[in-house]
Amino acid sequence: MSALASPASPPLRRPLGQRLRRSLAGRVLRSTNGAVGAAIILLVVGVALLAPYLSPHDPNAQNLMARLKPPAMLGGTWAHPLGTDQLGRDIASRLMYGARVSLFVGFVTAFAAGIVGTTVGLVAGFFTGFVRTFLMRLVDVFLAIPYILFAVVVVGALGSGITNLILVLALTRWVQFARIVYGQTLSVREKEYVEAARVRGNSRLRVLLAHVLPNVSTPIIVVMTLEVAFMIIMESALTFLGLGVSPHTPSWGWMLAEGKDYMSLAWWLTVVPGLTIMATVLGINLFGDALRDTLDPRLKL
Amino acid sequence: MLVYLLRRLYQATFVLLGVMTIVFFLLHLSGDPTQLLLPLDATAAERAAFRTQMGFDDPLALQFVRYFLQVVQGDLGYSYRHGEPVLGLILERVPATFQLTLASLTLAILVAIPLGVVAAVRHGTATDSAAMTFALLGQATPVYWLGLLLILLFSVKLGWLPSGGRAGPETLILPAFTLAVFSMARIARITRSGMLDVLGQDYIRTARAKGIVERIVVFKYALRNAAIPLITVIGLEFGVLLGGAVITETVFSWPGVGRFAIDSIFARDYPVVQGIVLVLSSVFVIINLAVDILYTYLDPRIREAGAFK
Repeated sequence: MSALASPASPPLRRPLGQRLRRSLAGRVLRSTNGAVGAAIILLVVGVALLAPYLSPHDPNAQNLMARLKPPAMLGGTWAHPLGTDQLGRDIASRLMYGARVSLFVGFVTAFAAGIVGTTVGLVAGFFTGFVRTFLMRLVDVFLAIPYILFAVVVVGALGSGITNLILVLALTRWVQFARIVYGQTLSVREKEYVEAARVRGNSRLRVLLAHVLPNVSTPIIVVMTLEVAFMIIMESALTFLGLGVSPHTPSWGWMLAEGKDYMSLAWWLTVVPGLTIMATVLGINLFGDALRDTLDPRLKL
Repeated sequence: MLVYLLRRLYQATFVLLGVMTIVFFLLHLSGDPTQLLLPLDATAAERAAFRTQMGFDDPLALQFVRYFLQVVQGDLGYSYRHGEPVLGLILERVPATFQLTLASLTLAILVAIPLGVVAAVRHGTATDSAAMTFALLGQATPVYWLGLLLILLFSVKLGWLPSGGRAGPETLILPAFTLAVFSMARIARITRSGMLDVLGQDYIRTARAKGIVERIVVFKYALRNAAIPLITVIGLEFGVLLGGAVITETVFSWPGVGRFAIDSIFARDYPVVQGIVLVLSSVFVIINLAVDILYTYLDPRIREAGAFK
């Protein structure tokens, strides 16, 4: 090995530009959808991270003298670029801080659901007999319960709040991963390289983690991306119903819940947060679709 | 064929049993069921008396068997708020929910399938991108927000349609459309990709080579074959709509099972909540069973292959 890699012949590497273009990120970003999606995600993540520096006001500061002011473009002032709500709180600032809640819940829940569902799917696909039957029946049961109803009921029983919200959403959506990983594992476990790994005397756990998991990871990544978007919608919906994040935390769902009572007076309280959710979800979905098309165009999700 | 149907029936029964188990444990989720069933200010003595009365002190297994036997006999318990049997209260509201979900599903299918077909036939054109942009937007729009926007536009600003309640057909328009959009987007995308698959098949080329009119090729040859997997999707979509009805009914004050669920959660009327989860899940399981049976009928290939699933 060392004889081959003599200083005279440096390792064969393509030029940086070419490597970038051929890399996964490069290929995803070259599609319009992927680029637009990535730009939206970066924008929202950036705003969420920099909210304390970017927001013009304290998101919870009330100013009863400046209630229900319209956005600057609609005759308001630039002091409140997107207007104010019924308590005179700055909408732009609340949106920025709200992004933190949405993204945090979205990513954490999608990840948690992914871990649970992937484990179940891998185990059910790899092992046969009772374990498989039991796990897949469990998946069937969870699929049969309408997920929104289930989430609403469990939050109702456990109590609202961000921790319970994450728990419930992960508990509701792990089946999405389990179903897909199970199907993929079934086909991968029959492959010769898995057989070879077994014959070499690797433990079943090692075969599962080192040989099966990497080969079923494509759909997991794609589903996880799309689930982040889904979870953001679910979080805002549960919060809107009064079963999610506490009202003291600025969040998109609460802004809509409070804004709807002032719909005839100040329609922007309803329109602006909704558009923000829609744009964020759209960005993540576009990116997820581009990721799927790049990684495995035949994947049906 | 018979073996397959029996197997599906057995699976469906098993799933319902599983749902029942989960619903049973929902009450015990927070540790002490009296926390959910009694008012927050109930004294310790009241709680203890209630526990004995309801048999919460018995072993969990015994409680489950008791619950199971009750449910099988159609006894879903009594509502604390209404003092009436839960099953009756739910069944009273089922027609409203069915009306809403069926209207939405019909609307979704009527819009989505032509949209998906056109997008596939005009693959790569502006029509295709317009249809898919619509689908992407539809999937990114939170249902409750769409409902609010429609109320804002058609009720508050224009005053054309009522903002809520259930009376004449005009009250159905906004909630049905709101609930339909998400499914519409999904069915359109699946129709499109299914049609694209089928349109690339050899028999389509053969049909075209034989000089068959394009309209017949598309609708009779391609759509028929693309429709089979769509039926499963539509069956599943019905479950999504039943769940989505929880939110839509709340936004539009639609007096169905979904809004009843939310009201009961806030009123801590847990027997009702349990009953609703059980009833809606059962409806979903039965519909999917029906879809599977229909499927075998429509596609003879499944009759053989399905037996090995």
